[in-house]
Order: sequence, then structure tokens, then C-alpha cells
Amino acid sequence: MVAKPVPGGQVVLTSTDYIIDLSRKYSLWPLTFGLACCAIEMMVAYAGRFDFDRFGVIPRPSPRQADLLLIAGTVTKKMAEPIVQIYHQMPEPRFVMAMGSCANCGGPYYDSYAVVKGVDRIIPVDIYVPGCPPRPEALIYAVMELQKKIMRMKLERTYGATVQAEKGSRDLTGEPA
Amino acid sequence: MQSEELIVTEGGLEMDTMFVNMGPQHPSTHGVLRLGLTLAGEVITKAFPDIGYLHRGTEKLMETRSYHQCVVLTDRWDYCSAMTNNLAFCLSAERLFGTQVPPRAQALRVVMCELNRIASHLILLGTYGIDIGALTPFLYTFREREMILDLYEKCCGARLTYNYIRLGGVAADIDSGWVAKCREFLEFFKPRLDEYDTLLSFNPIFLARTKDIGIISKETAVAWGLSGPNLRGSGVSYDVRKSEPYCGYEQYDFEVPLGASGSCWDRYFCRVQEMRQSVRIVEQALAELPTGELMAKGVPKIPKPPAGEAYAHVEAPRGDLGIFLVSDGGAAPYRLHVRAPCFINLAILQEILVGKKVADVIAVLGSFDIVLGEVDR
Repeated sequence: MVAKPVPGGQVVLTSTDYIIDLSRKYSLWPLTFGLACCAIEMMVAYAGRFDFDRFGVIPRPSPRQADLLLIAGTVTKKMAEPIVQIYHQMPEPRFVMAMGSCANCGGPYYDSYAVVKGVDRIIPVDIYVPGCPPRPEALIYAVMELQKKIMRMKLERTYGATVQAEKGSRDLTGEPA
Repeated sequence: MQSEELIVTEGGLEMDTMFVNMGPQHPSTHGVLRLGLTLAGEVITKAFPDIGYLHRGTEKLMETRSYHQCVVLTDRWDYCSAMTNNLAFCLSAERLFGTQVPPRAQALRVVMCELNRIASHLILLGTYGIDIGALTPFLYTFREREMILDLYEKCCGARLTYNYIRLGGVAADIDSGWVAKCREFLEFFKPRLDEYDTLLSFNPIFLARTKDIGIISKETAVAWGLSGPNLRGSGVSYDVRKSEPYCGYEQYDFEVPLGASGSCWDRYFCRVQEMRQSVRIVEQALAELPTGELMAKGVPKIPKPPAGEAYAHVEAPRGDLGIFLVSDGGAAPYRLHVRAPCFINLAILQEILVGKKVADVIAVLGSFDIVLGEVDR
């Protein structure tokens, strides 16, 4: 990003990717969607002490307004279908964070008949947060890591990427812009 | 949402009933509860709670776990008050083994469980406020809750799932620094309770939304098997800590707060008053903390109890939590059954929601303080 003084103010020159990524990065709106124990730690992260608002993370009650799906808790087989539905209701680009051992791999319920062993079996996941439950600091760190990933997003790779839409519609493996 | 066809008659527009799906993703269901509501206009004609979205099969899993491993899973039933879950399981297992818990461990159990009761009720105060439309109390109550979590973290290293109360005693000791910190918190907390009263409890908007809503009579409450603050809000004095004292609750001086009419506000205010009583209990327990062992002697690494069955129940923040254990002499329980207060409290919804307006559903549901982890297990 380059800032140049011109008469009457400044002109900022930057790439489209940079400015779009910057806007996305600081307005990650997660869905208020708690599944189990991790949801309590997620609520704590929104509360005063950890203050998620500092990162532009403001909870939205409707999937239509959310960018980030925080899978906070155990995904059971009965819940799997609504989660896929919610995921598809969210507008692109959408990000998924698997919070806690249960959402990562089943966790303490690794041998339960009723539990999906990791939410990545049903929807693509961007960030995995380990812990049972993860501390709010861990969740904040995960959001910061996701922000780094978002800065690597490139318009040319995501534009009209219908084939990739099911996989999460983005290529986050590129070099930082 | 699906509406059925509109019928226009001579008298005007006649509307058929409408089925509204509330949940499993809904910010006010406190988890993954699904409510099927049939509406006639704005009035509910039929309510049907659909549960099982968090069924993790804990009872079955415990049949493959050793008794020490079971305690880990108990943390995750009612995750807002993991200590009381640990306690209920350990009390039941100790009855099976015939273990005598040392007095210091008993007192520590009481301290931790009462702090957990405060932490759990603080979550309700915060989230119920949000449900009704008051966002500020959430920030205050979670500030105080963090202080309790810091105390827990200092003692047992975890913030939410403690695994602190173990078979035969407790896992870690507290030192004088911890006791001083705890007293400091209690002194800080007592005036905060008055603050909540001015902020939320007697707030006119909050009163209008909760005062005469969702009234449950004494008879109905008993008939549906309610327990905890939901039962006491209707004026029935039943508290396991009084009726069947465990962990030496009989030596502490505390009252059982009762509600007057059984409305949402009464259930809510019962919890506020319970926090005051919990503060009293913690103060008394800290004042006369016995010295000595933390664990009973001779609890093996892989305990194998004699064949038999045992039942123990405790007063959890959400009600009467009971654990029924059957052993066949093996290293894992043969069968474990949980009398989950949230599950039983939830059943009454289908009766009391009928005839209410849609907006009252949130107020009624929130006042029951359900935790889906315990409903579905």
C-alpha cells in the first residue's frame, strides 16, 4: 500500500486484493451458534475480558449475515444435517472454524455411536482449534491465524470459482499479497 | 416456516394454524434445542420440544470406561456446572465402593460446588438478560464469573471441565493464598448482587416481560417432576442439600429461597437469592476448613467395585441430579443412568407454552435455564 500526498489530501494506491482482504479480515462476523461446552468459552470470548469486538468479530444471529461458522462443540449425527444446511445458507466467502477436540476429531467421544468424528467430514474447515475446551485466548489466536489466511486470498482465484464452491470457494495456499 | 392456505369467508380473512420451527440454530434456545410450535395467529396452540441434537451417548460410553475415566465424561453433561456432575458421580461410586471421604476433601467439595453454583447462575443472569433484550448484564456477570474461573484455574488447572472431584476425594489442595483470593472475591461479589438487582431484577422492562409470564402452580410443578430453582420458584421447598444432606451440608447455615407465584421472574429471582446463600456457605466452609488428607486411602488405579447398585443425588444448580450405578464386579460400570434435571424440567414446556404469545416463548424457555448437554447427554 502506498500513500502519496496530493493537493488537498492524500491518495492511497493499493491492489484490489489487498483492500478487499483487509476489509474481510477486520469484519469477520461469526454466527451465534453454540453446540456444546465450547460455546460457553466462545461466549466468554465475546464478553468483556477477552473482547472479541477488538478484532471486528461481532456475532450475527442469522447465517445469511455471517462469514464465519464457529463449530463450537460436539457434532452429533442428528445435528450434522442442520450444520450442512446452515453452511450452505451462508454467503460466500465463508469460513469455518472447528473449535475444540470434538469438532476436530470426536475428542472424548471418539468411540461414540452418535458423534460425527470431526466436522471436516461434512463441511470444509479452515482452522482447527485444539483443546477441550480451548481457552478464549486460543480462539483469539485462531481468529488471528484466519486473518492471516484471508490476507492471502486473491480475487482471480476466487472469482467465479464454481467448482471450488463446494470446497469452500477459495484458495488459501497462495503467497501473502 | 410453512403457512397453510388462507381461507376468506364472509366474515373476513380466516387464518389457519401455522407451524414454526424454532431451532436447532437459534440464538435463544441455549444450545441445540428444537421447538416445533403451532401457531394460531400469535398464540401458540401446540408446542413440541425436539431433543437429541447433542446426544453423545455418554451413558453407553461409560460402560466401556473405568470409574476414573467416567469422571472426565461427567464434566461434559452440564458444562456450566461441571463440579456438581463430578460430585454426583463420585458420591454414587463411593457408595458402591463403601469409601469414606476425608473431612478436608468434603469441605473442599462444598466450596467448589457452591462456587460453581454461583458461576452457573451468573451465566443464566447474563444470557437471560440477552434473551429479554438487556445486553449489559451479560458483560457484568461474565466479569464476576471470570474471577471464579481464575480461582478454579489456580486450584485445578481448568476453566470449564475440571475433573477435580475424584473417586475418594479431590484432585488438588488449596493453599492460604487461594483462600485469601476466594475471600477477596466473595467480598467483591456481595455488593455486585445488589447491582444486578438494580440493573436487571427490578428493571421495569424486565419485570414486564417476566413477572406474570409462564406461571406454574405448585401442583403442576410437582406433577411434572420439576426440581431446583424451577420448582422452588413455584414455592415448593425442596432442596437435596436440606432433605438428604451430603458432603456435610447439614453443618452449614443457609436458607432455601422460595418464589411466590411460579412465574418466570420468580424462577429467575430464586437463582439470584441462591447466589447469596452460596456465598454464605462458602464463607462458612472456608472459616472452618479441616486439615488432613485429600484422598481416601486405598482407592486403586483400576477400581473394581463389588457387584451391586447405588444411587446418589445432589442439588445441582439446575435441580436434582441423580446417578444410578449398577456394577457387575467389573472395571467399568455395568449400567449408568442419569436423572438429568434439565431433561425433566424441559418436558413441562409442552404444557405451559400453550396459550402464550410467541414473544413469551423466549422468556419462558430462558427462565428454565436448560443446558442441552444434560438434556441429551
